[in-house]
Amino acid sequence: MKALVWHGTADVRYDTVPDPEIEQPRDAIVKVTSCAICGSDLHLYDHFMPGMEKGDILGHEFMGEVVDVGAEAKSALKVGDRVVVPFTIWCGECDQCRRGNYSVCERSNRNKAMADKLFGHTTAGLFGYTHLTGGYPGGQAEYVRVPFADRTHVKIPDGLTDEQVLFLGDIFPTGWQAAAQCDIQPTDTVAIWGCGPVGQMTIRSAILLGAKQVIAIDRVPERLSMAKAGGAITINFEEESVVERLNELTGGKGPEKCIDAVGMEAHATATLDSMYDRAKQALALESDRAHVLREMMYVCRPAGTLSIPGVYGGLIDKVPFGMSMNKGLTWRMGQTHVNRWTDDLLRRIQEGQIDPSFVITHTVGLADGPDMYQTFRDKRDGCIKVVLKP
Amino acid sequence: MAYYRRNSSADRMARGLGWFSIGLGVAELVAARRLARWMGMEEQAGLIRSYGAREVATGVGLLAMGDARPWMWGRVAGDALDLATLASAHHDGNPRRENVATALGAVAAVTALDVLCTAMLHREEAAAWTPPRDYSDRTGLPRPPTAMRGAAKDAPIPADMRTPDILRFQPA
Ligand SMILES: NC(=O)c1ccc[n+]([C@@H]2O[C@H](COP(=O)([O-])OP(=O)(O)OC[C@H]3O[C@@H](n4cnc5c(N)ncnc54)[C@H](O)[C@@H]3O)[C@@H](O)[C@H]2O)c1
Ligand SMILES: [Zn+2]
Ligand SMILES: [Zn+2]
Repeated sequence: MKALVWHGTADVRYDTVPDPEIEQPRDAIVKVTSCAICGSDLHLYDHFMPGMEKGDILGHEFMGEVVDVGAEAKSALKVGDRVVVPFTIWCGECDQCRRGNYSVCERSNRNKAMADKLFGHTTAGLFGYTHLTGGYPGGQAEYVRVPFADRTHVKIPDGLTDEQVLFLGDIFPTGWQAAAQCDIQPTDTVAIWGCGPVGQMTIRSAILLGAKQVIAIDRVPERLSMAKAGGAITINFEEESVVERLNELTGGKGPEKCIDAVGMEAHATATLDSMYDRAKQALALESDRAHVLREMMYVCRPAGTLSIPGVYGGLIDKVPFGMSMNKGLTWRMGQTHVNRWTDDLLRRIQEGQIDPSFVITHTVGLADGPDMYQTFRDKRDGCIKVVLKP
Repeated sequence: MAYYRRNSSADRMARGLGWFSIGLGVAELVAARRLARWMGMEEQAGLIRSYGAREVATGVGLLAMGDARPWMWGRVAGDALDLATLASAHHDGNPRRENVATALGAVAAVTALDVLCTAMLHREEAAAWTPPRDYSDRTGLPRPPTAMRGAAKDAPIPADMRTPDILRFQPA
């Protein structure tokens, strides 16, 4: 079959690879009808996440049709079912899964020993996302093997297009959880850094969850225009001071809820801390750039909440932790517990409360994937979200 | 805003020049005295050392910063300074003027590379520029956002994600 394969920094290729087969009784094989490139894939593309190996198949946001089912998954799935596959693989039986903490499932990471060593304790297996989280071949491919498939799926009823439901596998629940874990009150100002696909979903979620005011920060004009369409007040951080504007918009008190939808590759214009990060990252002395985190800690209203869907891979430096401690901030973060939200969100899509397909700007064949990685990374051609059709 | 391609030929060249900057800078820093003596510029060892620091800084900037162009312009300006400094030492009174001429030649060659690279970076940028798209109609919502505010207030927020009462902001 054909798949997008990682070969090194900024080197993704459309390769022929062996077809996947059922390996475990709880597996299923899905024939992919649509998949997407996620901001998290860019961290792999730019090689800021450790644990990638040449030949790894990328992709963790995908959907399709079930074409083969292992013996123990037959109770939940049958050939012909149309499913969205969440990027977090979960067993449904371990302590964490029983609590709904699917992204830290204790059993789905087949490289548990490696993760235990690096993180202290393992997190869940993820598709196409480094050997630290299982090294499972991803979904930017014609076919995917889905482990623990009896749990790791969302069944899609007829009458909805791929485009409407595809993002149930990642960015929609991610934006939703980012907002939900802020426990938004009707008096809250929610500030969101980053107007990429995750930021866009977070903006809509915060509006639907009833925030008084949603403020979105980025520097890419078309992303800001899409943020505004979703109901956000926008700040272009290349043209205005983020801290000054946020204080202005909150009567000097700062936003109650701050959300980092940027992650480890944050940009900044000529601030001292960002140049420091850039230089250290280039010389491999620091893995992640923490500019957004620092800004959130500084501007957040005391006793407020920082919500961090943005992905970090390793070490950050010069974090003003005392500021956060003394202000009594609550930190919430993590990979999304996708299936915790999908029933509710699928219903909202069916009822027409939201249509996540608004974010798609490019739809191409899988073969054009390598070019699209670059277009998306460099934010060229108005690119916000890419959907690939194998 | 500035866009850049981290793997175009111009950008690869800029990064190469970045490493070159660091290498040359370190050499100037540690061997300033010896270099100065070789060119008959004993008095100017301090100056050479400061040029070395400048080279290292531009080198790190080129490797680290997204947009290489300002750093490349920095290199071009630095080249001009180097050429002027060397030219001032290229006179009949300097017994080592042959060596100065060699250095001048080398710097001139690098200057040509720097100018070429800077021009290539600018050309790439200009070729890639497109007017920003207008996505102001992409709401994703069935009604205007103001009408949708709070439409999902019924959403189940799990207990573990609720803000403890004591941390809740009460309306004034
Ligand atoms: N927690 C999860 O489960 C989960 C799931 C999906 C994605 N993610 C992460 O979410 C993040 C965003 O993903 P995306 O798909 O939207 O990616 P993206 O790269 O398209 O978006 C990031 C946006 O942040 C903007 N940005 C950069 N620096 C900024 C700054 N200083 N201030 C404000 N904005 C800034 C960029 O211009 C860009 O528009 C990534 O880190 C991704 O890995 C996490
Ligand atoms: Zn993702
Ligand atoms: Zn589990």
